Amino acid sequence: MTRTSDIGVMDKTRNIGIAMTRREDERLLTGGGRFLDDLPFGDFYEAAILRSNYPHARILAVNTDAAKRLNGVIAVFTANELGPILKDLPPKVVHPKLNYQVRLAIAKEYVRYIGEPIAVVVAENRYIAEDALELIEVDYEPLGSVGSTAEALKVGAPLVHVGSETNVAVHIIQQAGDPEAALKTAPHVLSETFEVTRGGGHSIEGRAVAARFDEVTRQLIVWDNTQAPHYVRQMLATIYEVGEDEIRLIAPADIGGGFGPKAQFYGEEVLIPWIAMEIKHAVKWIEDRWENFVSATMERSQTHRVEVGFDEDGHLLVLKDVFEHDQGAYCVGLQVPTITMSTLPGPYVIPNIHSELIACYTNIVPTSSLRGAGRPQAVVAMERMMDRIAEHLGIEASEVRRRNLIQPDQFPYAVGLTFRDGSPLTYDSGNYPELLDGVLSRIDLKAFRGEQAAARKTGKFLGLGLAMFVEGTGIGPYEGARVRLTNRGRVLVSLAASPQGQGYETVYAQVAADALGCDIGLVEVRHGDTSFIPYGQGTFASRITATVGPAVWEASGELRADIISVAASLLKTDVGGLDLRGDAVEVVGDPEKRVTLADIASIANVGRHGMSVPRDLPVAIERTSYFKPTQAVYSSGISAVIVSVDVETGKIEIIRSILGHDCGNVLNPLLVEGQILGGHAHGIGNAIYEEAKYSRDGQPQAVSYLDYALPTAMEVPTPELFHVISPSPLNPLGVKGSGEGGTIPLPASVANAVEDALRPFGARICELPLTPQRVLAAVYGLPKLES
Amino acid sequence: MKPSRFTYHAPTDLDEVLDLLAKYGDEAKVLAGGQSLIPMLNFRLLAPAHLIDINRVSELRNYLLDDSGLNVGALVRHRELETSPEVELAYPILHEGLTNIAHVQIRNRGTVCGSLAHADSAAELPSIMVALDASMNVRSQSSQRSVRAEEFFRFHLTSDLDSSELLVSVDIPALGTGTVGVFDEITRRKGDFALVGAAVLGTWDSGGKIQDCRIVCSGVAPTPLRLREAEQFVSGTDLSDDVLVGVQQLVMESLEPTEDIHTSAEYRKKVTGVIVRRGLARLTDQRRAIHV
Repeated sequence: MTRTSDIGVMDKTRNIGIAMTRREDERLLTGGGRFLDDLPFGDFYEAAILRSNYPHARILAVNTDAAKRLNGVIAVFTANELGPILKDLPPKVVHPKLNYQVRLAIAKEYVRYIGEPIAVVVAENRYIAEDALELIEVDYEPLGSVGSTAEALKVGAPLVHVGSETNVAVHIIQQAGDPEAALKTAPHVLSETFEVTRGGGHSIEGRAVAARFDEVTRQLIVWDNTQAPHYVRQMLATIYEVGEDEIRLIAPADIGGGFGPKAQFYGEEVLIPWIAMEIKHAVKWIEDRWENFVSATMERSQTHRVEVGFDEDGHLLVLKDVFEHDQGAYCVGLQVPTITMSTLPGPYVIPNIHSELIACYTNIVPTSSLRGAGRPQAVVAMERMMDRIAEHLGIEASEVRRRNLIQPDQFPYAVGLTFRDGSPLTYDSGNYPELLDGVLSRIDLKAFRGEQAAARKTGKFLGLGLAMFVEGTGIGPYEGARVRLTNRGRVLVSLAASPQGQGYETVYAQVAADALGCDIGLVEVRHGDTSFIPYGQGTFASRITATVGPAVWEASGELRADIISVAASLLKTDVGGLDLRGDAVEVVGDPEKRVTLADIASIANVGRHGMSVPRDLPVAIERTSYFKPTQAVYSSGISAVIVSVDVETGKIEIIRSILGHDCGNVLNPLLVEGQILGGHAHGIGNAIYEEAKYSRDGQPQAVSYLDYALPTAMEVPTPELFHVISPSPLNPLGVKGSGEGGTIPLPASVANAVEDALRPFGARICELPLTPQRVLAAVYGLPKLES
Repeated sequence: MKPSRFTYHAPTDLDEVLDLLAKYGDEAKVLAGGQSLIPMLNFRLLAPAHLIDINRVSELRNYLLDDSGLNVGALVRHRELETSPEVELAYPILHEGLTNIAHVQIRNRGTVCGSLAHADSAAELPSIMVALDASMNVRSQSSQRSVRAEEFFRFHLTSDLDSSELLVSVDIPALGTGTVGVFDEITRRKGDFALVGAAVLGTWDSGGKIQDCRIVCSGVAPTPLRLREAEQFVSGTDLSDDVLVGVQQLVMESLEPTEDIHTSAEYRKKVTGVIVRRGLARLTDQRRAIHV
């Protein structure tokens, strides 16, 4: 991997850019990881939740008497007993035109999806709690329901929210240029409809919340394996109507995956701490796998109707995309579809754009961000059409892309739309031709076409598919780091955001050590506890590297200045002649003159009780920095896959998968590679395997891994990776996010490859994932599988 | 996902197992490898009052391979048979089927007889046992009987066992000279239940014709499905390309498979024809390998 250093800071780094193994690995690999359910809570009751069996019903009565009488049951709560907290759980991203519908922590009069909470049982253990769930009688009045946006938008469709006028949650149009005029005059126009289905995050650890009210400190302590501890604390403080300092929220150091669903705010997070206060006893709730299938937010289901206009040479003139987005039963936020809207144009110069969103309520568990977050769908819409243009004009798909790419000298590049963070969609940096060239230098296109033609004669069908993308990362409003010199002469870095496997303890030690200019062994990183640092936003949207990274860099740089100042005062010398070496500050050229970090802490932090210190001596050596990005920073990438399709069975074999990625400067190549490999596996799942099926009326059909085909190590090929490095000019480290780039292009590139393989049949691949059923349907026109 | 309350029994000999089954019958389930039972308990799809764990019954632990065939006791794990070179040599079709069952971790615990008693029609072993004309040795406190595989599987997840009976072992007759067989299936992921699967067995005679062909499909019907018409179509032929194309067509036209969320009946029709054809083609390859 090459690394550029044209922004300066990289020149003097010793740890940044090194593929350090993770500090977290030893405990995780030797069984020492401690996840929420492993914490030694002692005397905690356990909760289980009764969830709706109906996709839509009115609750006429809930009888909990028998459940309450069961031996070992402590309490049973329904909406009737939870009046004070029956408040709206507000969406993350809203829009003035949103057809706003209240979401409660627990259903009161209506249930609107299977899995919605109706009652909470607290018992001595989870076994008893689940026995008690079977004793609760719910009198439902079933109502009409809709299990897709297609159903939701039909004339006369049942309404998800009784009393609302429509199932449309929001209808938004963004435009650049004059798309309608351009469509009328474009020499060529192609159109197609693409469907991408629902899938889940499937973190190996489900959601979990535990809480105890501490009578001594009068503080509510909540353990929650959330991606966003401060966000949850602020929501709870608002709903419970208490000061933010009356709640301490702790995300355990080890969390078994997040991928987006754990960055949302759920009813269970409101219910469990409140119930712990009500019964004056600690309670925990551990989501089981079935609950995860029916109650953790999901993503992806969108239907895109795309039109592209282009000239004889394949130059894009206009793009129009109208898409339906499945919001689920409630609006948890509009982040996903608004990201889709602005991801559409990707790396191409497109003078006229029409991006139109119709978000719908359906009787399914709500959707929210999930690794990729609206981007894989946009990339399907755009990149599938790039291949169709190539087919139409009879030129290579790579060549069509090359002719339309934004050039390296065009940055900053204003697309003309608005991004999810509210700022103009302006790409900060990138080198898209280099990404394309990276693929073309690894695949001999001419040789491949020869091989493809020869294979077809023997009944073997090979295909090549490409997909490129640009991904907004590192969004605001801010993220922080607090850096302290401790009494042991070590540096403690405290972060607000909590990781779920990203290796913060390692990578932010690298950043801090380089900013401090000290031995990395002196730096310790901790995270995820609202008592460590007052404010934060959380881990989501590939935002931490480009927000926490600069915050750690800045705070650590300031701490270094403080440490040197103390040393200068103690050594009676000028700060200019001092440097940090090992665990001490030395006079450069005279290493005998030194003062240890422990001594500096002892004098500047511990001090002598009640005694004055010299005027020029800094005290309380700690620095907090909140980095506030001005806008998103834009990562980019390309996927190329070569597949072999068995046209008799519909099975797809991936022969090669190549991923090129640009996330600016790389802090730790090993961690970035891990992110991309994991994201790639997720992308393969979305492309070929994963499908959260629902019946037309919203009954979930795949609620175990028997029926939900999450890919395993057997299904996922090892991709060939390469990196292009275009540092961002918008933060001091020149970094961008890398958590989602492996996922985003795969559904499009695999579909392109399969369609390329099946070109002799004129097969059209318009629905994902590419199950054997769908592939054969594309080849032979088999009837569609009804849900 | 916690099971309901049950009483756990850990008998140490077969008589004790049969006594418990006689006593608790309908309210009991037998635990061997637990690879299907435990998930069903945790999902509360089953809530038996009694669980009879047979893992301590040493007389059910072994398999025996001799000239007359293979006897597989109720506690023999998939992986044990899969890794036995003798079993692989004697029954290549069984070995091939075993390697297709789930993943190694599951095969380490799951038992051959447990899979048969579970009677999932999309599983590998039921079809293979029908193809091999295996017999199920069934006992209760008061009776003992042997049931041919073809009569044993009654419906999806329903076998001929009544609630007081235990499948103590399965007997697979020895294969004659020239007998060859293959198993293949199409799954979504490695280790999944079959969208369609087929066990294909036949005996090459000295004149280069395949005889007594058996074609048994997984995943297309509520039980393993013998394709008798197809068997008759190919038996006595040399399995030439024309025969293979013909049998594929016959299967595609005659099959009336089930549909579920994983795939359509149309898919199963088409692809069953394909894998039957491919399986039969491999019998020709095997003929060359054994130099008949």
